[in-house]
Amino acid sequence: MAKAAFKIWRGSSEGGEFVSYTTEISPGMVVLDAVLQIQGEQAGDLACRWNCKAGKCGSCSAEINGNPKLMCMTRMNTLPTDQPITVEPMKAFPLKKDLVTDVSWNYRVKEKIKKFKPRPPDAPDGTWRMMQEDIDRVQEFRKCIECFLCQDVCHVLRDHHKHEEFIGPRFLVYAAALEMHPLDTENRLRDLKDESNIGLCNITKCCTKVCPEGITITDNAIIPLKERVVGEFYDPITRFLNLFRKK
Amino acid sequence: MASVSLPIKRSFGETMRRGAWWTYPLFVFLGLSAFVLYSTWAAFQGAHYFYGGGGAHYLSPFYSPEIFGASPHAMFGVKPAWIPDWVPFSPAFLILWAPAGFRFTCYYYRGAYYKAFWADPPSCAVGEPRETYWGERSFPLILQNVHRYFLYLALIFLIFLAHDAWKAFWFDDGFGIGVGTLVLTANVFFLGGYTFSCHSLRHLIGGNCDELSKLPIRHKAYGCVSYLNRRHMIWAWASLFVVGFSDIYVRLCSMGVWTDWRFF
Ligand code: SF4
Ligand code: SF4
Ligand code: FES
Ligand code: FES
Repeated sequence: MAKAAFKIWRGSSEGGEFVSYTTEISPGMVVLDAVLQIQGEQAGDLACRWNCKAGKCGSCSAEINGNPKLMCMTRMNTLPTDQPITVEPMKAFPLKKDLVTDVSWNYRVKEKIKKFKPRPPDAPDGTWRMMQEDIDRVQEFRKCIECFLCQDVCHVLRDHHKHEEFIGPRFLVYAAALEMHPLDTENRLRDLKDESNIGLCNITKCCTKVCPEGITITDNAIIPLKERVVGEFYDPITRFLNLFRKK
Repeated sequence: MASVSLPIKRSFGETMRRGAWWTYPLFVFLGLSAFVLYSTWAAFQGAHYFYGGGGAHYLSPFYSPEIFGASPHAMFGVKPAWIPDWVPFSPAFLILWAPAGFRFTCYYYRGAYYKAFWADPPSCAVGEPRETYWGERSFPLILQNVHRYFLYLALIFLIFLAHDAWKAFWFDDGFGIGVGTLVLTANVFFLGGYTFSCHSLRHLIGGNCDELSKLPIRHKAYGCVSYLNRRHMIWAWASLFVVGFSDIYVRLCSMGVWTDWRFF
């Protein structure tokens, strides 16, 4: 049976190093299988978070050969085995141990975004009516599994550490899902400009490239929100027209 | 937002990514540099921007619309006397800023040249050279938000370029098609694809509305722009190449280096 060499990051927030392992690979294996096999056979104390092994819980995010990916959705046969495969924790969040990072910052960010505020019900029984075509756009964003790989790759967080100011692509997607919802009546544009600092995104599209759910984060969520912010705050013509419009 | 303590940043160019991650930014760097250099050079020439040989009426897109100039395409005649002689003049100077501004503020090009020319980031998940970062939230890059106004200009320019392409079908002896006709028509096609796939247009035509089902015409238009928008990057590069080639074609024909081949 074929063997594959790995270099897995071992350590904590105080420091660490890559440790080499070799393990047997059978057909159909994903990186998470190999990491769990190493944990089972050679490194019982290797910390690694996972849950569904089906690309749906968003727990097993890591950087494989430098690319932010879900370990459970990265097949071994898609990786070159001429060099050891590197597996590291995400870089945009504090490290707990080995491959496990503390992603709780994301939950705190999410709480600050204004909640869904639907218009009064359309029918006496307290229900609403919407057209599927109006909700299509939002449904793309609802596919998010909160793996935070997009947050990890975004250089505003990863390299510039603007966690205090910038909410990151995941929460721009979340804000877009609320803001573009046909029933929603809340206005989040000022928050997006001043609190979430959408202007810190420089549309590099790295987030879109890593999203395991294939959400077109930059083109469908961030740029449309940027355009809405332009319309509300920067464009003199739409600002003038907005004076006569109700929201 | 809460603060977090993070692992050490990677230094410039440092990454665990394999392979040639630098090919895409390098391609962008070379492609845009070549275009900027050529178009600046071509704009300074002020000559060989139209071709009338064989009864043709070809005008280079870098010089269209020609407000003042020496060609038969000039709208208001030759360079006015109130422009002093020591001011460098070329008909291209009067108009080229508009398409240049359109491309400079385009969402696609922004993301691309921030990487290729400013290394912010050099490529995804690759370490950066600078600590400081302002993004597009403050001066000067906040000015990128003017993009939709350049879009309005680009839409007007498209009408002029379509008119130029139409004129390229008419030779002194009547209707005809030469290679130049096809080049100038392709130019309008690709610039049209680029302009109509613009993110700002997508927003203005329907993206700003949450219940498009109530506005059937805008809904259709939004669908069309969104369809084109998915390939905005391809349109951006194709149109850049074709518009540059259109100028080269007219220029070389006018200089007598190339002969315009006429189909009929
Ligand atoms: S497009 Fe914006 S949000 Fe996405 S990775 Fe780039 S800077 Fe971050
Ligand atoms: S948007 Fe995509 S990459 Fe980002 S958290 Fe959601 S699923 Fe993960
Ligand atoms: S284990 Fe659930 S997404 Fe990988
Ligand atoms: S976004 Fe590229 S032209 Fe408008």
